[in-house]
Amino acid sequence: MSQTPTTPSHPSAGHELEHSQHRHMVTYPKFLWKCFCAATDGGPLFYAWMIFLTAVTLVGLSAWSHQITNGMAVTGMSDHVSWGMYIANFTFIVGLAAGGVMMVIPAYLYHDHDMHDVVIVGELLAIASIIMCLLFVTVDLGHPERFWHLMPFIGRFNFPISMLTWDVIVLNGYLLINLHICGYLLYTRFQGRKPEARFYIPVVFISVFWAISIHTVTAFLYCGLGGRPLWNSALLAPRFLASAFVSGPAFIILTLYILKRLTDLPVSEKAIKTLLQILRVTICINLLMVISEMFTEFYSGTAHTASARYLYFGLHGKNALVPWIWTAVALNIIGAIVLLSPGLSKRANWIKAACVMVFIAIWIEKGMGLIIPGFIPSTLHEIVEYTPTITEWKITAGIWAFGLLVYSAALKTTVAIIRGRVSNQSQNTSPQDVKM
Amino acid sequence: MTPPPEVQDNSTVDSAGKTVSLPVIGQVSRRTALKAFGATLGIAAFGAAAKPMLEKYASMSPEEMLQRHYKELDSDERAAVINRLQDETKVRHGVDVTIRDLPPLEGVKYGYAINLSVCNGNGECMRACHKENNHDRESNQSYIRVLEMQRGSMDMEKGSTTYTHPVPDDDKFYMPVQCQQCDNPPCVDVCPVEATWKEKDGIVVVDYNWCIGCRYCEAACPYHARRFNWKAPTVPDDEINPDQGYLSNRMRPAGVMEKCTFCLHRVRDGRLPACLEACPTGARVFGNLLDPDSEIRWVLANKRVFMLKEELGTQPSFFYYFDE
Repeated sequence: MSQTPTTPSHPSAGHELEHSQHRHMVTYPKFLWKCFCAATDGGPLFYAWMIFLTAVTLVGLSAWSHQITNGMAVTGMSDHVSWGMYIANFTFIVGLAAGGVMMVIPAYLYHDHDMHDVVIVGELLAIASIIMCLLFVTVDLGHPERFWHLMPFIGRFNFPISMLTWDVIVLNGYLLINLHICGYLLYTRFQGRKPEARFYIPVVFISVFWAISIHTVTAFLYCGLGGRPLWNSALLAPRFLASAFVSGPAFIILTLYILKRLTDLPVSEKAIKTLLQILRVTICINLLMVISEMFTEFYSGTAHTASARYLYFGLHGKNALVPWIWTAVALNIIGAIVLLSPGLSKRANWIKAACVMVFIAIWIEKGMGLIIPGFIPSTLHEIVEYTPTITEWKITAGIWAFGLLVYSAALKTTVAIIRGRVSNQSQNTSPQDVKM
Repeated sequence: MTPPPEVQDNSTVDSAGKTVSLPVIGQVSRRTALKAFGATLGIAAFGAAAKPMLEKYASMSPEEMLQRHYKELDSDERAAVINRLQDETKVRHGVDVTIRDLPPLEGVKYGYAINLSVCNGNGECMRACHKENNHDRESNQSYIRVLEMQRGSMDMEKGSTTYTHPVPDDDKFYMPVQCQQCDNPPCVDVCPVEATWKEKDGIVVVDYNWCIGCRYCEAACPYHARRFNWKAPTVPDDEINPDQGYLSNRMRPAGVMEKCTFCLHRVRDGRLPACLEACPTGARVFGNLLDPDSEIRWVLANKRVFMLKEELGTQPSFFYYFDE
């Protein structure tokens, strides 16, 4: 990130090293404290946004409290549709986390310097997304207080046979990897030093493969189940990745536009353009996979297509998901047309609209549109539908709000550090310096 | 109030042309004070929102919270847990129950078969299961679902579990489905915490005190054999079956999985499963697959049996056959 070190330090001799270790004992807490200050300081718009997110988070917490006290019966789930909105959102957000890597690849693998100052936007998205993923899994548990049963060595970790244990490893690993990269880059920038390649470049390369692994493993959770024909498809993992690389860049493009408008972070047009190019390719691959899957399901017309028929056309008069999935298909196609059209894709407003459209489309397609029909019809071919309850909506909104809260605070701090307002030398951040 | 000179920024000129300002205490700006107020408010709201949840966990005993996995408990610890659970049932329901922890019998592997030519869909098995296993009364829960199938078809899509007309319908046949006690159980593989496993006698069991309630097993089971306790089951005190097994029909807590155990508390005691005993048609055959003289072995040797969804490779210990 930092190309021009102000005070490069080269701790070589033993006593200097000792000195530097001692220095970190002072500097690191100072760094954390100043980050905290920067994250909680801003203009009226920033406060309004953060207060709003906090309020929604608390609504979600209160609803979760209600769910814990009264049991999962307060959700719309049943023995027929035993996973609902929580796991649907979890699945989608794993993709969002993996999609963040689509900035890392051009920035580090192809040395695209326009991406260097904004690549952290993708890495922070990964952090916020993984936190949301972990929360969505937690609220889906009947006994969240027994989480320690899932901890290796302390509980009984059914590794390697249970894919869920793999998911625990890859998700937490991805969180740590991105925390390290972001934390290291920001801390060195804070100290006014140039980041040392050996401390983060190898980790960046690991993160690229790890991003693919988180979504592949999450797909394996579903496609490994022989009793669920809709999921039991080899295309699931590639489709997950393709859609992740649509939703991730789309969200990052929107974030970059917001940062450009509200902060003084130098967001180059070229960075947005690079992401758009990625989006143009991935959206086509994703659509191709949707078509491929639909063809296989419907042309063969075997008994295994009941779930797909339920999803797209309804089955025996039950059709709760039909409007949803066709909305997703329409948004996907319109988004693709806008992004691929040479005229429209030059206009910022059309790009923003297309990004919103494809983001919503993937949220439906890979959330409720994937999880719910996996259960309908049930394994004994009973058709019981699912509608989320108000409690589920509140908890879901709460987790999204919390994720955005983390993301906003992290971006706020990051911009302040990159712009040099928060550094080891600076005394106080003055609110007048900040646009937002 | 006169604004201190160093905070001129906070003052504005109102319509009357008079300089006004919000109160500022020394160097502590209004901003900091507001932030502190906001933070306090936030923490208070957080506490209020989380209160019911925290109260619930505070009411749980440390023994319950920290109980180890079934397989890690020695006999003394198991006895203590069973005592605790019996006491709990006494306090909550006023009923004296006996929870036994019967081990698998040596040289026994259970098998179950249903004669679909005889089964007439009367549903007595479902009702017997409901009572025997202390199932939730409100949801009319049972480990068995009886499918009314179209004659001449094995397509479950043409079947129904919600028929209400008098049985048997001449055009139909009836197929009860419950846990198939698979030799290659997908539910056991997927469990992230080993809360469910296959016992030596072939019965797949759940440790209700270890299950975290993720319901992955419910998604993995191809036979809809697993049930989740969406809330604590409600059973009227006088209808509670006091003959209970630790790994089977004891009162289940909310938020954990449960399943058919072939009435483990009965069969390991030399009795038959409740569903078989209740069946008025004699369609059900249960026995030891390792005993060459058992009735189940005779059925396997002399009838053309089939297994449900054999193509999934689950290797059920549950069989179906027709007479004609």
